Amino acid sequence: MSTDQSTTTPTILPLGKALNAGLRRALENDPKVVLMGEDIGKLGGVFRITDGLQKDFGPIRVIDTPLAESGIIGTAVGLAMRGYRPVCEIQFDGFIYPGFDQIVSQVAKLHYRTSGNVKMPITIRVPYGGGIGAIEHHSESPEGYFAATAGLRVVTCSNASDAHSMIQQAIASDDPVLFFEPKRRYWEKGPIASDAASTPLHKARVLTRGSDATLLAYGPLVMTALQSAKVAADEGRSIEVIDLRSISPLDIDTVAESVRRTGRLIIAHEAPVFLGIGAEIAARINERCFYHLEAPVARVGGFTIPYPPAKLEEYFLPDVDRILDAVDRTFTA
Amino acid sequence: MFDNDELVQLVTETGQRLNHPEFSGYIDDIGIDAVRALYEDLVVVRRIDSEATALQRQGELGLWAPLLGQEAAQVGSARALHSEDFVFASYREHGVAYCRNVDPTHMLRFWRGSTHSGWNPYEYRMTTPAIIVGAQALHATGYAMGMQFDGTDGATITYFGDGATSQGDISEAFGFAASFNAPVVFFCQNNQWAISEPVSVQSRVSIATRGRGFGVPSVRVDGNDVLAVIAVTRAALARAREGSGPTLIEAVTYRMGPHTTSDDPTRYRSAALDEEWRLKDPLDRIRALLESADAIDDSYLAAVQQKADDTAAALRRGCLETVEPKPMSLFDNVYAESHSLIDDERRQFAEYLDSFEGTDA
Repeated sequence: MSTDQSTTTPTILPLGKALNAGLRRALENDPKVVLMGEDIGKLGGVFRITDGLQKDFGPIRVIDTPLAESGIIGTAVGLAMRGYRPVCEIQFDGFIYPGFDQIVSQVAKLHYRTSGNVKMPITIRVPYGGGIGAIEHHSESPEGYFAATAGLRVVTCSNASDAHSMIQQAIASDDPVLFFEPKRRYWEKGPIASDAASTPLHKARVLTRGSDATLLAYGPLVMTALQSAKVAADEGRSIEVIDLRSISPLDIDTVAESVRRTGRLIIAHEAPVFLGIGAEIAARINERCFYHLEAPVARVGGFTIPYPPAKLEEYFLPDVDRILDAVDRTFTA
Repeated sequence: MFDNDELVQLVTETGQRLNHPEFSGYIDDIGIDAVRALYEDLVVVRRIDSEATALQRQGELGLWAPLLGQEAAQVGSARALHSEDFVFASYREHGVAYCRNVDPTHMLRFWRGSTHSGWNPYEYRMTTPAIIVGAQALHATGYAMGMQFDGTDGATITYFGDGATSQGDISEAFGFAASFNAPVVFFCQNNQWAISEPVSVQSRVSIATRGRGFGVPSVRVDGNDVLAVIAVTRAALARAREGSGPTLIEAVTYRMGPHTTSDDPTRYRSAALDEEWRLKDPLDRIRALLESADAIDDSYLAAVQQKADDTAAALRRGCLETVEPKPMSLFDNVYAESHSLIDDERRQFAEYLDSFEGTDA
């Protein structure tokens, strides 16, 4: 799944444990890194992403906070002003909204508002997306709100190796980074590349080469996209799969280069299609690749509805069949 | 001393000094010369405010939030700070900024629309205006947590109004500060009004009571009594420095002017109420104290007025000489590191501007 090359035998880890290892390295490498969040101490977080870190780094480096998202983000702003690098865990995607004002009005804008005098090196980790049979407010994909806010960087990992390297790159950034973690992939194992920063944080990655169409996905749907490409290959279609990795800034160059070769683009994400990331990418590809396109850009994603009850989520989330249906549309247009 | 709602007062409205068993000790060092210096601060700050209001009326500022009536609350609390303490202000703290040595001209740039911040917060250890009500209390709490982690004996102070105490962020700041025993002083200027809403709309109990509910020791002080404000702020800062955690100060004062230059208080409050508070003017009180101590004469008053007028003249001159930002600065400082989207837009906009003759971008 990764094009990173490593000479030694790579460590194999589940994505969640790769994040844990990345956080551990960040804590080891910089004494100013502090982790903050609800239940991240003794419990290790509800997904155990911070498992064992408070035990090893103490309660000042790994802070169990009161149950208040605005408070977590707002105090992180103050700590960042003091020279710390806070890494905030939001327990679930749907719980981020109480912290929305601090993120959008303060974290995103303070560097601009202070003419560059105040930096906000804050990482906000958000387990996101569906597919785990959860009750409401636990399966959302709110990345679009944050990508629409100038001043924030928005990235998402899809595999263990990226989880390990991208979380360290996000923490090292002097800008605030919304770090979206595909929670249903926390247990997917993969090799960890030893050279952590092999790919720049904001670079998309071509995962499989293809000639007939480009299939773009990010986060939890990258694995689904790879499965879709495999099925399409059995049917004789050569699909190029790209893992977007960064939502703001967008690496539109990598996407455009691919589309110029394949002539078709299908964008898949769990968030509703309406005003989703796919809309922005479609518009930009339209501007840049209009004469290379064999068909309109196709989007496949969630419907324009609130996230449904768990028993219905299989119909809401794009799966292999819905993605292939979108691929088909680009050949019959 | 932080467990009841007694209104702490150290100077009566007629200028008589009072003894307070718990708080008087905090201003033992303030002799008559120091009081004269405080009176000068109050007069200068009021003059800055009136000049800025005039500049707004003359079209030089887009908006101004007058501090008229709140001079003692601001000067008293700010003069209690050490230089290494950090101030997290709201948007009306021109008096605090003056005491932190911010050039008054720089205060105006924000209100003129020339910049979002008139000074470097680290240079004066004071943040620039924060418009989102109450948000800065959490920043002050987080910064104070960092000071505690670093093992310094510094403290933060954060300013907000009575209306802000209805915001969730203030409650969350009280909660975090209490949980982490953070060295932060919450300084609420209860000026009785949140634009048009009286404080009774915000709270059915005193503001100080709200702090105690979170385990934050709280005190009410006469916010128009500059000496009392210094004393309680010093006491609160001493608690912070010795590791005793946060304190809430409710400074009871009155916004004698409008909320901002866009507001019209005659629509929602009576002239009689304004007159009632005019009699408690914080400047008159200290002047009365100086008069009763025979520590004031015409030459002193003339010198104070001269300083105020000179400050106002410099302020006006600086405002009129403001160098306005260039169009291409739109894209500066959105991010600390390069961002391809911004880079593209900057380049495209530069090309667009270049397509016109004589553009100074």
